[in-house]
Amino acid sequence: MVRGMLGKKLGMTGVYASDGKYLPVTVVKVGPCFVTQIKSESVDGYNAIQLGFEDKKENRTTKALKGHFKKSGDKCFSHLKEFLVEKPDEYSLGQEITLDMFEIGELVEVTGTSKGRGFSGTIRRHGFSRGPESHGCRNHRAPGSVGCSAWPSKVVRGKKMPGQFGVDKRTVRNLEIVDIRSEDNVILVKGQVPGSKSGLIEIKRPMF
Amino acid sequence: MDIIKKIENEQLRLDMPAFKSGDTVKVYVKIVEGEKTRIQVFEGVVISKTRGGANAHFTVRKISSGIGVERVFPLSSPVLDKIELVSRGRVRRSKIYYLRDLRGKAARIKELRN
Repeated sequence: MVRGMLGKKLGMTGVYASDGKYLPVTVVKVGPCFVTQIKSESVDGYNAIQLGFEDKKENRTTKALKGHFKKSGDKCFSHLKEFLVEKPDEYSLGQEITLDMFEIGELVEVTGTSKGRGFSGTIRRHGFSRGPESHGCRNHRAPGSVGCSAWPSKVVRGKKMPGQFGVDKRTVRNLEIVDIRSEDNVILVKGQVPGSKSGLIEIKRPMF
Repeated sequence: MDIIKKIENEQLRLDMPAFKSGDTVKVYVKIVEGEKTRIQVFEGVVISKTRGGANAHFTVRKISSGIGVERVFPLSSPVLDKIELVSRGRVRRSKIYYLRDLRGKAARIKELRN
């Protein structure tokens, strides 16, 4: 069984459970993905399959990629990603993988790229507290002291400071699958998923 | 976005009667006790109603043994068995929170007659 699939975040809404609870859910379009390459232990040193997601026009594809896609069929994809499998012989090139591999109630991991917030200060980026706004105070949003003096004469590695915030690879674990709609290729996951709407995500089973 | 709209529209319960703030309603709520379900009735005046598709909800206020009790119900919740409209009230605003400050005779609402 392949470990995961590629998908797209569509947005959030809520659904009622049968006991009346209103569950916050993220609507995720998952697949259909196609096998574009099979990696086996004897040749590549590990077992995995490469999945393609979302069609791409052939005239937008580079020649190098076109040659790669030709081996698995006549389709070109905009996203490619490898996923681990236990038995690569079960898969064939060009095979379609749908979201039927997931079950309702299962706990999954979702990996995505978090929303970009640009160059942010310590308050927004690390949750530092701020200084007073008035009464002669000159420390409003400053990060404060960053270390000691003559010893150790340097700032400790990993000190929380202002900088680029967001656009990081983030994984959220133990998200429950609330509903699977195979006719729309859509999965409803309880809770939040990293990234913005229409952001690319990986939806995976926990590690074997 | 269309799929999200579709999911929300599927949640909507269209079997509920149209009612407004100021109306008196009977809300039949399903209550699960162990394996049995029974139905409890909550009767009172609707003092607010919010929009929001499947997440729309309304507040019902009643006086229970001298103490004001308010309950908020989601309009599309599967917990609701049914809603019965008892009478229509004539009020001038959509949120009649001023009822909370009124007691006894002053807290009456005129019935709306067509």
